[in-house]
Amino acid sequence: MKETIKRYWQAISTPSKYYSLGFLTLGGFIMGIMFWGGFNTAMEFTNTEAFCTGCHEMRENVYEELQSTIHFTNRSGVRAKCSDCHVPHDWTDKIARKMQASKEVWGKIFGTINTREKFLAKRRELAEHEWARLKANDSLECRNCHDFEYMDFTWQSTRAANQHSTALASGEKTCIDCHKGIAHQLPDMSGVEGWD
Amino acid sequence: MKTKLTASLLLALAFSVGALSQNIATTRDAAINIEPDPPKIPRVDNSDVKRKRAYPMQPPTIPHKIDNYQVDLNANKCMSCHSRRQTPDSQAPMVSVTHYMDRDGNFLADISSRRYFCNQCHVVQLDVKPQLNNEFVDIDELLRSARD
Repeated sequence: MKETIKRYWQAISTPSKYYSLGFLTLGGFIMGIMFWGGFNTAMEFTNTEAFCTGCHEMRENVYEELQSTIHFTNRSGVRAKCSDCHVPHDWTDKIARKMQASKEVWGKIFGTINTREKFLAKRRELAEHEWARLKANDSLECRNCHDFEYMDFTWQSTRAANQHSTALASGEKTCIDCHKGIAHQLPDMSGVEGWD
Repeated sequence: MKTKLTASLLLALAFSVGALSQNIATTRDAAINIEPDPPKIPRVDNSDVKRKRAYPMQPPTIPHKIDNYQVDLNANKCMSCHSRRQTPDSQAPMVSVTHYMDRDGNFLADISSRRYFCNQCHVVQLDVKPQLNNEFVDIDELLRSARD
């Protein structure tokens, strides 16, 4: 038993003694592709709507509410799914967000919001996290689709054009400052700037 | 007494049946046993142009879209532009001062709970032809015709 472990350890610590350089480089390359691809595929899976709505906390609260909004059905059929707004598209930012999301796994296991009542009680706090995140990254996830550079004010209503060409253009405000609660219902808004 | 009541009930019934049959005749495009295609859902007027009120006390109609505006215990989307505090930023008309009064006429710091649900009185307008002719006469027109 001890001998076997020793033999394996020798092969792992100095593999070039036992395997050819060609085998090691090629093998490393192929395994690299497999692991990297597998990792990214698994991570992409956690970005799908099926995964997000796999738990009833999401399916029966926020997903239900999304369905009556313009981000779910609209004239052109372009649709935003959960991860389009809640997960950054950039790889490094995405990994950072996924690491933060491990807190959500904790919440799922311990049933932090496993009833409608608990969810509603916690809604303001959860919403504030998202507002703070979007405020901090200048509404990056909105801008992944709604690019300011390509916004044509002449197609907007007068009121919208006025706001977008002043407050948004100057960088004084970002999307989330005005467009709160567009895809889900709002929590108690007392004390939130612009809503009191 | 009893005959009087019966007579008035009959009269009311006759009137309502008359009105009903008249409505059906004018607004229904097909025979009663045929289900016509529903008309296209009209667009909400989003022009932001204030409309004339038909009479001075009329709640002004909304000249813009209000799709998915949340008005409930948690939030009032309308007031995020039309409240006293928000009008400097939004440049929207402030809700009238009566909305800040309770029923005894006392002024409140915030919108009165009895005026909270905007859509009870204020509605959007659709770009449609009226199905029935409206015989409403504006007070100005009424006065003018009385003078002549």
